Amino acid sequence: MKKFTLLQSSMVPLTVENVDTDQIIPARFLKATDRKGFGENLFRDWRFTTDGETKEDFTLNQSQYSGSILVAGNNFGCGSSREHAAWALADYGFRVVISSFFADIFKGNALNNGILPIQVSPEVLQRIFAAIEENKGVQATVDLENQQLSIAETDIAVSFEINDYKKMCMLNGYDDIDYLLSQKEAIEAFEQNRS
Amino acid sequence: MKKTLFDKVWDSHVVSSVENGPDILYIDKHLIHEVTSPQAFNVLEEKGIPLFRPNQVVATADHNVPTENQHLPIQDALSRKQVSQLTKNCDQYGVNLYGLGHPYQGIVHVIGPELGVTQPGMTMVCGDSHTSTHGAFGTIAFGIGTSQVAQVFASQCVLVAKPKSMRVVVSGKLHPSVQPKDVVLYVISKLGTDAGTGHFVEFAGNVFEEMSMEGRMTVCNMSIEMGARGGMIAPDQTTFDYVAGREFAPKDEELTAKIAHWKTLPTDEGATFDTEHHFDATDIKPMITYGTNPGMGVKISEHIPTSNDASFVKSLNYMGLEAGTSLLNMPISHVFIGSCTNSRIEDFRAAAAHIKGKQKSPDVSALIVPGSQQVAKQIIAEGLDQIFEDAGFTLRQAGCSACLAMNDDKIPAGAYCVSTSNRNFEGRQGQGARTLLASPVTAAAAAVAGKIVDVSQA
Repeated sequence: MKKFTLLQSSMVPLTVENVDTDQIIPARFLKATDRKGFGENLFRDWRFTTDGETKEDFTLNQSQYSGSILVAGNNFGCGSSREHAAWALADYGFRVVISSFFADIFKGNALNNGILPIQVSPEVLQRIFAAIEENKGVQATVDLENQQLSIAETDIAVSFEINDYKKMCMLNGYDDIDYLLSQKEAIEAFEQNRS
Repeated sequence: MKKTLFDKVWDSHVVSSVENGPDILYIDKHLIHEVTSPQAFNVLEEKGIPLFRPNQVVATADHNVPTENQHLPIQDALSRKQVSQLTKNCDQYGVNLYGLGHPYQGIVHVIGPELGVTQPGMTMVCGDSHTSTHGAFGTIAFGIGTSQVAQVFASQCVLVAKPKSMRVVVSGKLHPSVQPKDVVLYVISKLGTDAGTGHFVEFAGNVFEEMSMEGRMTVCNMSIEMGARGGMIAPDQTTFDYVAGREFAPKDEELTAKIAHWKTLPTDEGATFDTEHHFDATDIKPMITYGTNPGMGVKISEHIPTSNDASFVKSLNYMGLEAGTSLLNMPISHVFIGSCTNSRIEDFRAAAAHIKGKQKSPDVSALIVPGSQQVAKQIIAEGLDQIFEDAGFTLRQAGCSACLAMNDDKIPAGAYCVSTSNRNFEGRQGQGARTLLASPVTAAAAAVAGKIVDVSQA
């Protein structure tokens, strides 16, 4: 997994609430057997018409918005457990998603792929949307070590939650699987004790 | 200390806890399918490590399989490759696979219970959010991402923080027209799609106690649609009777010993939950959804609510519906009876009982997709296939089918489909398709009438 320490970037706003993983990556694109290339179909049916034409009013198609931070409406990532949603976001270039609420499975999948989900209050989320509207290129700074999110030219500066273990993994680029492999003896002992 | 059902099962599976971090949770059974497993097998390959406990993994092909001519090679090249990759991986790593053509093949959440793989008090995971289905047995069962599938392959454990607990109690007498699907759609419509996030939900009260195992599976299946990691129902005699005698269920003295243990699992009197909700069963009527998330549901007798919220307006625009109107008598063109929510034999019995002696509307295309090969066999054994055929319904072979439309079973753009599946998201059943979630009886009635009807008024 890629390390994550400090990120400064402009933001892409997606004000819709309850964005489900079927929208992030529709099921018909889940036929691959590797993790590559999902970014191409990120938000496929919101980006393109059935004829493949670009939908100009969708946020990813608006050139004034750019950057590796997606700011999304409440309850982002609900629905299917497909990790392809996290792969698509990462492949497209997003490293951070900010929302007022994340669905559980998506949050775990994001963290396992080097994407930092940052939960802010509904009020702060609205202020961030407003700040982007005010200045489309406004820069956000995400400091994982100090768990701080701040937006330039505004008074938005908030701390965010992440558990110590996941923070350590993100900062160092560690995967859960390596940690679990290091616990093999304890796991075998657990199996012995319960049988 | 008084413990909940969830606490008892969780606590007995914790290997250890990471300081200020998640628990290492031991997993008894790991179900896999073709769509979310290939990248996890790749991780084993890349790291050059073995699959730790292949005997605790059960595989099937369901999401991406055709529902006709399953004896022939899959036509779609990508689907064929994904399904054959599963076969190759299962061979290489010694995993038991019920693939296409096997008499045990079917939707992963239908075959687990059917084969007795699912048992009370277990922990189960699968790379599929509807793994919550197995909670009907008093099992902790939840969906995981593919990175976690790889973790379970490597260590038979997942790293996960213990969720909070919630209890949803529904008590009172249900109207005879109300199905388990209506009960869960009602609960989600009241609580919303994010109410359960961060929680495991126990469904309690006489309504669930009186439900069959198949009804309980429908309810727990949909617990993810209120955002919960999973749902659970306390195991009781109904559970034990269902499990006993199944292929992989414990037998004889082992079964007796297990049942004695399972009887200790229900929530202790006086145990507390982080959140609790109570509902009156007599208020529940046949339900239908009108929007693009499963919380956007109403009684068929009610009108679509009104709201100025942008996401609500966007949703109704997609659906081509107007706030404040009634769905009753609205024409529909498609009906789908299937999916891990409603594709068990009781679902088809209920649908057949309504359909018998009637004809589907000529304007409706009606698809019946059994959850497993065994359910398909049972449909024939009970003569339900004849009822469906006589009424003009199309009976297919087992798979996930039009629930997520990964295969050719798609609903056309703009068409309304009354579906017994679990999600009405935009494009879920095909690009532009409009899904109305309902029970098998409501779906069958819609196919016959060619429009939405209220079966409580029949």
